[in-house]
Amino acid sequence: MSAKLTILVVEPDKDRARAIIDSLTETGDHHIMVLAGHTCLARSAAELNPDIVLVDVTNPSRDVIEELTLASSPLDRPVAMFVDRSDDGLTKAAIEAGVSAYVVDGLRADRIKPVMDAAIARFHMFQRMRTELAATKRALEERKIIDRAKGILMRARGLTEDEAYALIRKTAMGQGKKIADVAQALVTAAELLS
Amino acid sequence: MTLLPLTAGFMPLIDAAPLIIARELGFAEEEGLNLTLQSGPSWSTLRDRLVLGQIEAAHMLSPVPVAMALGLGGIATPLDALSVLSVNGNVIGVSNTVAARLRANGFTTDFQDATTAGLALAQLDGTLRIGVPFPFSMHAELLHYWLAGLGLPENLSISVHTIPPPLMADAIAANEIDAFCVGEPWGSITVENGGGELLLPCASIWQFSPEKVLAVRRDWAETQDDMAGRLLRAVWKAGRWLGNTSKLSTATEILSWPEYLGLPAEILERALTGRMVISRSTRAHRVPRMVNFYDGAATFPWKSQAAWIGAQLAHRCGLDPSQSAEKAATVFRSDLYRRHLAPMGADMPAASVKLEGALDTPTAAKSGTGTLILGPDAFFDGRVFDPASNN
Repeated sequence: MSAKLTILVVEPDKDRARAIIDSLTETGDHHIMVLAGHTCLARSAAELNPDIVLVDVTNPSRDVIEELTLASSPLDRPVAMFVDRSDDGLTKAAIEAGVSAYVVDGLRADRIKPVMDAAIARFHMFQRMRTELAATKRALEERKIIDRAKGILMRARGLTEDEAYALIRKTAMGQGKKIADVAQALVTAAELLS
Repeated sequence: MTLLPLTAGFMPLIDAAPLIIARELGFAEEEGLNLTLQSGPSWSTLRDRLVLGQIEAAHMLSPVPVAMALGLGGIATPLDALSVLSVNGNVIGVSNTVAARLRANGFTTDFQDATTAGLALAQLDGTLRIGVPFPFSMHAELLHYWLAGLGLPENLSISVHTIPPPLMADAIAANEIDAFCVGEPWGSITVENGGGELLLPCASIWQFSPEKVLAVRRDWAETQDDMAGRLLRAVWKAGRWLGNTSKLSTATEILSWPEYLGLPAEILERALTGRMVISRSTRAHRVPRMVNFYDGAATFPWKSQAAWIGAQLAHRCGLDPSQSAEKAATVFRSDLYRRHLAPMGADMPAASVKLEGALDTPTAAKSGTGTLILGPDAFFDGRVFDPASNN
């Protein structure tokens, strides 16, 4: 069997970095390192001399890693943005999942693929978590606004909480709007009038 | 009328203005496009989204498609430049420490003369760490051209580092770099944060450098001719609008919106109006052609500009300069620009190739309408680049 792969993960978030390492470890006995910050990222990356570098595509520091594609001395091992030559769309899948990979020249495809597959699966999970988190946050904010709108109606018109909610819902249905939007409009109007 | 959807990516910089204005002032809609703009986290991600078809067009550093055509950087999918989006727009700045050392040596910048500023830098000892936004950028090319042209003394060594523009002000404040070359507003932000001072506008190294291009995939340009035409026209009209100085305060307001640059209009205005504040203690310097979206056929993609970039990259990366210049020239699609914009009355030079750097002053040139004024486009060292010869 060939030597261990050296994999560098550029990831500032500790929990995410840990999760990526766990996924990669399942694909074989690799030497995995993590760099968090953007301070001297290119130099540290070059010194670690990795076979594969994995970077989140939304990380602004990703451009720093691009510097490695310009080999600055004859001893440097040229690194290239990973573009798969086969037709299974691994590169596309990776970018869509949110991870970009840089691979040292000459590394065999069968050694890259398991690592890429694991990284892609992990980043898909991150995306799902991010979407869920955003949805939960939005739901909470909407709930808060609706509660405030109910309070305003209860005070202004002497309604019970259920009656206030029923009124907001009826108005929303009548205008073809979302309950949260009607509630927001009411809160905004009340702020302007107070 | 149903609008045709088209998504373009941009980086939050002043020179994304033509795409932003095309959308916000309805020039895209006028061409039947529903233009969606997507802010990118980095140049490499913008490039990959373009290559993979997640976006149709992008605000792109002009050397990126050229480097790709030369096989540099890994990705080989051909990208083309439909037009130049902006000419000039970058600044060179130094840390407070370097600024103080320059002053101690008796040098004060006039924010104009690249030779004296460069020679003043060359008197410093040690290593000068310079930040640029991307390995393939006009920033890197102009910096290398400038420093090589000056002939650096042995006492000073230069190391160039990639630092994303929004992180440049922090990097210089944190003493990770001693100097930078960056697109506006990030030079002004550094001044504003007190992290450094500006030394030169890049227009003082080359007076007419193609800074950003409107990049698309070559296969898209070939199969989506109608869409390419609509996009070119919308963006060209936006550039013409931006060329009118009375519109600049509106432009500045729109650019400052959170979905675009999300920065104070007062800072964005400096580059757009060419009144650059170079340190906290000085008054604004007037910079002619600080950034240009329209005048002098600014958006015309000269094949000779691409050839210059190709030749520079070749020198730096050990490729054959004349072959590289030739390959590079194919990336700038003056053919498409002519076909789609000539009917609009756009300034249309008679030739698609010129001597780069030959014009010291604005000069009348042959054009479709006979009234085109080109230049100045001189280099700081007076050299002229002839794409037909092997230099």
